[in-house]
Parts: sequence; structure tokens; C-alpha cells
Amino acid sequence: MLEIKSLSVHYGGIHALQGIDLSVPEGKIVTLIGANGAGKSTTLRSIVGLVKPTAGKVLLRDMVISGKATQDIVQRGIVLVPEGRRIFPNLTVEENLHLGAYARNDKVGVLKDLDHVYDLFPRLKERRAQKGGTLSGGEQQMLAVGRGLMSKPKLLMMDEPSLGLAPLIVKMIFEIIKQINTEGTTVLLVEQNAKAALEVADYGYVLETGRITLQGRGQDLLQDDRVRKAYLGEAQ
Amino acid sequence: MNAATQEKTIALPRNRLYSVIAVAAFILLAFIADRFFDAFTLRVFNLCAIYIVLALSLNLLNGFTGLFSLGHAGFMAVGAYVSALLTMSPQLKDMNYFLVPIVPWLHHVTIPFLPALIIAGLVSALVGFLIGAPVLRLRDDYLAIATLGFGEIIRVLITNAQPITNGAQGLKGLPRFSTTFAVWTVAGLVILFMALLMRSSYGRAMKAVRDDELAAEAMGINVFRVKVTSFTVSSFLAGVGGALLGHMITTIDPKMFTFMLTFNILLIVVLGGTGSISGSVISAVVVTILMEALRFLDEPMNLIIFKTQGMPGLRMVVFSILLMVMIIYRQRGLMGNKEFSWDMLRDLFVKKGRKGGDHA
Repeated sequence: MLEIKSLSVHYGGIHALQGIDLSVPEGKIVTLIGANGAGKSTTLRSIVGLVKPTAGKVLLRDMVISGKATQDIVQRGIVLVPEGRRIFPNLTVEENLHLGAYARNDKVGVLKDLDHVYDLFPRLKERRAQKGGTLSGGEQQMLAVGRGLMSKPKLLMMDEPSLGLAPLIVKMIFEIIKQINTEGTTVLLVEQNAKAALEVADYGYVLETGRITLQGRGQDLLQDDRVRKAYLGEAQ
Repeated sequence: MNAATQEKTIALPRNRLYSVIAVAAFILLAFIADRFFDAFTLRVFNLCAIYIVLALSLNLLNGFTGLFSLGHAGFMAVGAYVSALLTMSPQLKDMNYFLVPIVPWLHHVTIPFLPALIIAGLVSALVGFLIGAPVLRLRDDYLAIATLGFGEIIRVLITNAQPITNGAQGLKGLPRFSTTFAVWTVAGLVILFMALLMRSSYGRAMKAVRDDELAAEAMGINVFRVKVTSFTVSSFLAGVGGALLGHMITTIDPKMFTFMLTFNILLIVVLGGTGSISGSVISAVVVTILMEALRFLDEPMNLIIFKTQGMPGLRMVVFSILLMVMIIYRQRGLMGNKEFSWDMLRDLFVKKGRKGGDHA
């Protein structure tokens, strides 16, 4: 569904992505793991057009989308749930969700999806009139995911959804990711929590300082010695 | 929770009834004011309406879109001049332009007030668009400085374009078009427009841009376009407000439109609450009335123990103190970014003892 071909990104003199290749097949969960500064967020940002790549291309269903404006890419069905949640703190929960559907024109469908998000996160329904900034960290992450879903994405990209959340909430978020996936949405997940990410993922990539150094099925990577040593904190 | 929702459904038509009564009462007040108030009081009353328009136009930028602009007086000047030049009769223009004659293509133009007001707004909007397109690539304090600069540039241009604007001498004898009916109708329309805009998805996009630009962009909002639109609409409203002001005072000159004017409007917006329509409305009325009511402070006072010589500008000190008190105790202004509702008023008077109850 999504193909990335020798994508490069520079920040000033820094070569943040050094020609990576990555593919996300339809209906799967693909994860991109790696340490701080490896270029994970940069990859997601360049897919959605927030960062302009210096070389290479991004294809969505064989159509080149790299170089297009973010709003066009969102309209084509890719949405990014940004790192650190970045919900709109002074808007109500419901306004936040409506903003997720900003690029859409079908009013009836939007209301249907709003109900769907409320089914997925009953907590958000209870707090629909509350300001986003007054929610707890976990609720804000639910809101960020819900807001992403409101664009009715074909590909949902999540940047560090477990960041700074209590273990129980993390577990719940990953459950939701699986559920969203079984409902037909393809997911590209960027995580530092490599174990949790590889457990839900069909396929995984390991990114190190701007290069992909390893890839394989999620289960295989979990067993891989190099991954266990570097990312799962195991001694042997 | 069930009881609460039930209460809400009963409260809704009741609140609507209150609103209808309040609007009706206000219209009645406006009629009484127009008939029976003395000229000075009526003028203050109508000035409130103009400041409501101006405060809302600045709040659209500062409060709702998060663009800190300080060039508002410039757009008001454009509106005031355009409307004045379009409505003054040729004889009146001849009387005004005694140093340098007016350019011929403007000499014979005289159109009614309503189209002149709309054109004044449109010209301001155009100027706003032309300035906004390059300037809105800047952020925060850089944007504030750039808009401040452009506001001054407009004023200097008006001062020097003597064949068109009559330069520093200004224009006198503008037709007295800003009647009670005219200013309050415009104010009402602008309030309604803002309320509808903020409920629309475009208004939500503005607030999203204010809260988090990057997230807004990731949602597929064209951030730059939203900013330019907000700036243009705000300029339109500022132009209309400036035109109304000109036709009320009936004399305009470039010195009227200095940064001090922008500051006064900014004061109203900050005191009322950035991001609150009702806050701006309440604050515009209170500040306008205080500005006139505190005029005695500027005059010589006899305080029995000592006499003051009269200190022009002393009343502005009161506003500065008010602003400081507000910043210390209520950073977000009178209303914050909330809107007035009857329930809020009820809660204010009936302190409910159910704080410790359920927290659903």
C-alpha cells in the first residue's frame, strides 16, 4: 500500500535519513523501532509532507505522494497521530475530534465515525464537552488516536503512542491498535517500546542513525539476538 | 448524571427565552437612548457599538487565530478614509482641499453610506490581504513587530498622499451617518457573524491553528491559508469599524490612527478575554464607558487638602493599573476563552453546595 524508496532527509547539514526503503502492505501493522534520533519521527513526518525529503520518493498505491502538500496527503487517506499527542488544549474533546475530520466533506459519515470513536473510547464520550487540556495523559492519547481515526484513514501512522503513559494505559492503547487494524485500517507504528510494538506488528524495521539495519516479521525480530540486546535490554 | 441531563433539557428553552427577552430589552433600550438620551450620553452609547466591532475584529486575530497583530489602527484608517472620500459631496471636498486640490477622479464621487461602508471594508480587506500574505510567514513577536510597522506605514502614506487624503489636515465635516440604528445594527451583525464563524469548521480550524500549528497541519488544515483568511476578515471588520468611527466623530486625520488606538482596542480584548466573543462585548462596553466617565481625572481637581493642576492622561493610568491587576489575578481576562451563558450567570449568584458531589 505504502512504498518508500531510498528516501533521504536533511536538516541543515545533518543527514537524518540516508536513503531508506520501507513498505507497508495493505491491512497489516508495520512497526519502525529504533533509538532516539534514529530518524523514526522524521520518516513519518516526511510521509505526510510535514518534512520535505531531499531525495527518494513515497508512493501510496503506486501514486507518488512525496512533495505534495499535507492536506492533499491527508485527503488521500494517510494520517499522522503526532508524537506527544499534540491535542488542541483549548478546544473541547468533541471539537478536537471534529478537527480530525477537517479534510472530509461527508457530514453523515463524520457523525457515524464520531459515534464509532465514542464506542472505541467511552471515556471520551463522557468528557466530550471538556477542554482537551484538562484530560489525563492517557485520555489525551485516546483523543489523539480518536482524532486521527476521524479522518477515516486508510493508513494510520502513530508516533510513540506509549510515550509517558502508565503500563496499564499502554496495554490498552496497543489493544486498540490491534482492534483498529482488524477493522481494516493499515497501521504504521513508530515506537521506542520495542517489545510491545513487535508483539502487535506483522512486520518490523529497525532504524539506526538514518539507515535501516534490520527487518523481518515481528515475531522473528523479537527472537533476534541483536534486537534483544539493543532494544529489549537483555544481557545474553 | 441522568438528573443532570434532564435539567439541561429543561434549562435549554428557558435559556433561549432569557436570550430573546434580553435582546428585546436591549433593542428597547436603544430606542429609548436614541430618543431621550442627551447628545453626549448617546454618543458614548453608540461608541460602545463601534468598539464592540473593533474589539471583535482584533479578537478574531489575537484570540481566535493566535496571531499577535498590532497594526489594527492602520486598517481602521483605510476604512475611515475610503468611506469618507466616497460619501463627501464635491462642495465639501472643495472646502477641505484648499492647499492641494483633490485628484479629479475622486472629486465627483458621492455614494450612499451603505455601499461606501462595504467598499471601505473591502478595501481594508484587500490591504490586509496584501500585507498578510508576506507577513504571516512570521511568528509571534516578529509578526507583532511587522504588523506594527505596517500600521505605521499606512498612516505615513495617508499623511503624505495629500491629493487623495488631504494629508495631515485630515478631513472635516464627514456626513453624520453613524446613527444609533446604524452602529448597533452593524455591531449585532458582527457579533452574529463571529458566533456563527466560531461554530463552523473554519472557525474550529482557526482555533486549532492557535492551539497547535503543527498538529493542525497534520490534520490537513492549510495553516497559512487559515491565517491569511483570518487576517483579511479581521481587516475588513477593522475597516468597517474605522468608517463608523469617522462618521461618528465627523473629523478624521492621520494622528487619530496611531498605535494608541490599537492599544486601546488591545486593552479591551485582553481585559475581556482573548478568545471570547462575549468577553470582548462586555469589555468594550465597560472600557468605553470608563474612558468617558473617568475624564474628570484629567481635569484640575480640588481635593480639599491639595489641588491638582489637571494631568492629561491620568485616566489612562487607571486603565494601566486595571490591566496589571487583571494580568496578576486573572491572566486570561474577564471571560477567559469561555462564552457567556445564562447557566454561568445563575451559578455566579446561586453558589451551589454540590462541589464535593459526584465528578462525572
